[in-house]
Amino acid sequence: MISEANVEAAVETASTPRHIALVRITHWIVVLSVLGLLITGTGILVSHPRLYWGETGGVGTASLIDLPIPFIIGPSVWNRPFHFFFAWVLVLTGLTYMVGSFITQHFRKDLLPAKADLRWNRIIAVVSEHLRWRRPEADAVSTYNVVQRLTYLAVVFGLFPAILWTGLAMSFGVTSVFPILATALGGHQSARTLHFTCVVLLLLFVIVHILMLCLAGFWRSVRTMITG
Amino acid sequence: MTKFLKRRQFITAGLATAASASGLGTAVYFADRYGLIPPDHTGIVGIGETLTYATQRLLTSGHSLAREFKRSDISKVPIVNGPHPTDEKYLALLAEGFENWRLSIEGLVARPVSFSLEELRRLPAENHITLHACEQGWSYIAEWTGVRLATVLDLAGVRPKSRYVVFEPFANPNQSRTVVRALWESIDMADALHPQTLLAYGMNGEALPADHGAPARLRLGRHLGWKNTKYLSRIVITDRRDLYRKGGGTWYGGI
Repeated sequence: MISEANVEAAVETASTPRHIALVRITHWIVVLSVLGLLITGTGILVSHPRLYWGETGGVGTASLIDLPIPFIIGPSVWNRPFHFFFAWVLVLTGLTYMVGSFITQHFRKDLLPAKADLRWNRIIAVVSEHLRWRRPEADAVSTYNVVQRLTYLAVVFGLFPAILWTGLAMSFGVTSVFPILATALGGHQSARTLHFTCVVLLLLFVIVHILMLCLAGFWRSVRTMITG
Repeated sequence: MTKFLKRRQFITAGLATAASASGLGTAVYFADRYGLIPPDHTGIVGIGETLTYATQRLLTSGHSLAREFKRSDISKVPIVNGPHPTDEKYLALLAEGFENWRLSIEGLVARPVSFSLEELRRLPAENHITLHACEQGWSYIAEWTGVRLATVLDLAGVRPKSRYVVFEPFANPNQSRTVVRALWESIDMADALHPQTLLAYGMNGEALPADHGAPARLRLGRHLGWKNTKYLSRIVITDRRDLYRKGGGTWYGGI
């Protein structure tokens, strides 16, 4: 019953890696740097856990969101330096990934959805399948589905650049050269609030991402992201 | 054939290593020569600090100006971060309106000078309405009045080999019980000669309030709050890299 074409296809999927080396290496560096950024970012945030809109804000002025955590000022002085260290690791890794992905055509081959898949009924079908916790079919595992493709593109080209922009918009050195980075967002405090908002969105992505790994088989997925 | 290939690979790898090592060495030499390496460039944190400092120095090389605001933008509540010093020397000066206070300019200068508050006020004054933000997250807008640091440094005649300007405040026992000496701070010449860098003695049209750093404080347009030393008592110009900062965290701080 096994046709020659099927065997060939099976041999090919076995020999070509699920993820190219560029994606595997940069993925784990990004994981580590985001973890470092989350820890140090939280350390900075808890020294003033209130968010404002506009240019100014502080104790005694109207706030947008009061996070339900106490003010902890003590060890914050080293959070910032480590935050920038991890930010540099993330930015340089991100640049490597971007350039490498264009060269290897990773974006076009793996992430750009097929035109036929860009239909609401296709997208809803994929989402409802996953919501019902149905394991994807074997042949669907070797490629990203349309929702995965759109989500990864949004994270790579939307969320990470937005986090970088809102972070840089808080830098007086950077806004002295590019004031629009802060003014376009509504000001220094708006940039801080949006920086926080983007990180919450990134955390939501990470949670769903890990849940989907569990659906597809957690350790198998992690293994393919390490060995290919 | 394989032996030949191996030898060739070995030579290629050796040449590549030598090329990158000398490339890195040259990069470091020129980076240092053009003032792109901060004094605290060592360790893991030093990597980020150096990258940030070098990038911002290249990006802001044309004395780029911090954003300025309208009078109507001035915050109604200028946040006070820690009250003024309470040692006898400071309280005595505060009581007499800083009449006997003098700010000395020392170190690598042709003419060591000192200024009284009145003498500082007689120098060309400037007003800048800028954003003051703390690394903790809060911020306010205020109008600062003062003399450009560049004007004062010019009067003292800064020597060409100067690299940093160190600001020593009055000791503030309120701020930290563990640090007995004052938390001095330093900036590089690019920030010192920047047109928005003021020795500010006025705030929002009045004399600088004690809790905001009276009689005079440093105001930097392109830095966070902690770099803006309050209660100035002495300014030292130096080329020593080990005098960069007394306190925690990094020297340039990334912002």
